[in-house]
Amino acid sequence: MTPVETIERLQLRFGDAIGTPVEFRGEYTVTVSREKIVEVCRYLKSDCAFDMLTDLSGVDNYGDDPRYEVDYLLYSLADRIHLRLKVHVSEDDLTVDSVAGIWRTADWHEREAYDMFGICFRGHPNLKRILMWEGYPHFPLRKDFPLAGIPSELPETAVDAGKVERAPMLGGPFVGGTGTRHAIQREPRHYDTIAEQQEALKNPIKKEPV
Amino acid sequence: MATQYEMEMIDSASRAQQAMEGELHGEKMIINMGPQHPSTHGVLRLVVELDGEEIVNVWPDVGYLHRGDEKIAENMTYTQFIPYTDRLDYLAPLANNVAYAYAVEKLCGMDVPPRCKYIRVICAELARISSHLLGIGAMAMDIGAMTVFLYGFREREKIYDLCECICGARFTTSYTRIGGLANDMPDDFLPMLRSFLKDFPRTVDEIDKLLTRNKIFIERNRDIGVLSKEDAIDFGATGPNLRGSGLEWDIRKAHPYSSYEDFEFDVPVGTVGDCFDRYLCRMEEMRQSVRILQQAADNMPDGAWNSPDAKILLPEKKATLTKMEELIHHFINVTEGINAPPGEVYFSAENPKGELGFYIVSKGGGAPHRLKIRSPSFVNLQLLPTLAKGHMMSDMVAILGSLDFVMGECDR
Repeated sequence: MTPVETIERLQLRFGDAIGTPVEFRGEYTVTVSREKIVEVCRYLKSDCAFDMLTDLSGVDNYGDDPRYEVDYLLYSLADRIHLRLKVHVSEDDLTVDSVAGIWRTADWHEREAYDMFGICFRGHPNLKRILMWEGYPHFPLRKDFPLAGIPSELPETAVDAGKVERAPMLGGPFVGGTGTRHAIQREPRHYDTIAEQQEALKNPIKKEPV
Repeated sequence: MATQYEMEMIDSASRAQQAMEGELHGEKMIINMGPQHPSTHGVLRLVVELDGEEIVNVWPDVGYLHRGDEKIAENMTYTQFIPYTDRLDYLAPLANNVAYAYAVEKLCGMDVPPRCKYIRVICAELARISSHLLGIGAMAMDIGAMTVFLYGFREREKIYDLCECICGARFTTSYTRIGGLANDMPDDFLPMLRSFLKDFPRTVDEIDKLLTRNKIFIERNRDIGVLSKEDAIDFGATGPNLRGSGLEWDIRKAHPYSSYEDFEFDVPVGTVGDCFDRYLCRMEEMRQSVRILQQAADNMPDGAWNSPDAKILLPEKKATLTKMEELIHHFINVTEGINAPPGEVYFSAENPKGELGFYIVSKGGGAPHRLKIRSPSFVNLQLLPTLAKGHMMSDMVAILGSLDFVMGECDR
């Protein structure tokens, strides 16, 4: 079965829940309504031989509505074809049904999407952070999260408790700031004295989110 | 007034009797393995629930090496991200460079000349040998066979020499560019590669003699961590871990890229799916890589090694310094990056650890809107609870070794 035939079968069976397919560089992407994703995935696995979930990924389209999307990349070992499903998730209701019951590999992928974007997967067996630590308050791959990071309370390290002196990340003779200022201003020689540089580092220029 | 305690002293015979009658059960014990433990190959932390010495459950805790590569990628041009791919699977940086370059080229809809493809094949296969040598060496060392690790490193040193010859760096290679390579391979590279290929099979045979019929090694690996074909597919396992379970699926064969369709090689598969099968697959893959390298060296095409598209590739340095148009191209490429079309692509390559995929969402312009790295180590590590349950604690190191993961790639 080719991807086109698969999409035709999906449209026949699920009707309006399936959007118009998009083809780019030989890859087929089809939008699926958020409510139907588990049903569609189960059908694709049982009837269309998509036995592998290669990848699952969240995307933040900051400024668009709905803001987030979840992309599922399915693979059929028998037909050797890929198919990408796309689900749009709005900021007001950040939940999608979990497909971890269909492919067990989705377990960690969904945890990662939750960790990075804050998208909740309903029915996931163990939805908690995976790459960031438990209790971390932000979702770092969101577009409004700055590249330089946001200082957070957790966890208290030896440095925060004042037991250990912090290595000079900024303000040392060879260390410029990153992320927050223009390349020229990052150069230590942009400033005449170290004191001047350190004064400038105290007031970082925040870049606007893209 | 002295306090009196009453104590019951059961004699040992009646205690043994009690134990015989009831079912033996003790308290479950939870222990931490890692994040700094020699056999977790990096910074993997495992929370293991033990009943005596038997593993009841295990929860892998990843993320200690999370550097936010995907976030970084969104904030720089496509070319600038190449050095970061070195640091994904840092045992096979050349293979990561190749996979990333093909992913961006797929997005731009461009093709590279045959010579470039062949050089990239050489890069990917050298990386495969290098990674497998370390994978097998570390696995054997954890089980107690130190020699293999050292023999493996002797050969890896030669591969590093080859890396140095071809791109100037031994470890963090950053050799590919979008649309080509950083430089053509130097004249003395092919003779060096040939002499490596002449000597290397002897080392594989040596490792083979040391391990494959070694009674201790077999006892420690046979029927340990058996992964059924169904589980492997369900968990999205790829690479030698999938093939060890008996499924012949290799991206180089299933979706040939980088002119792999020109090469003759076999894909080894296992039968049982235990640690020993995964080991055997890696051994055979090294031999097949030698075959591929030999063919690449013999049939190396002449001609251009870079795509002629000046809008994407940096012009030659000499031309940049002497000609106006090249200088403009250089300036635009460096400051703004390539002008990629909007769209979404996924490209995956058969890396030593499995399927390394790059999912790029582009909204046009020089930087990706989203770059997701589908890393094989992340996906393969998820198998661990399934494989380890019911085995002894000492089998854990064999299972970890046979999964062959790299935390740099898993945590990204």
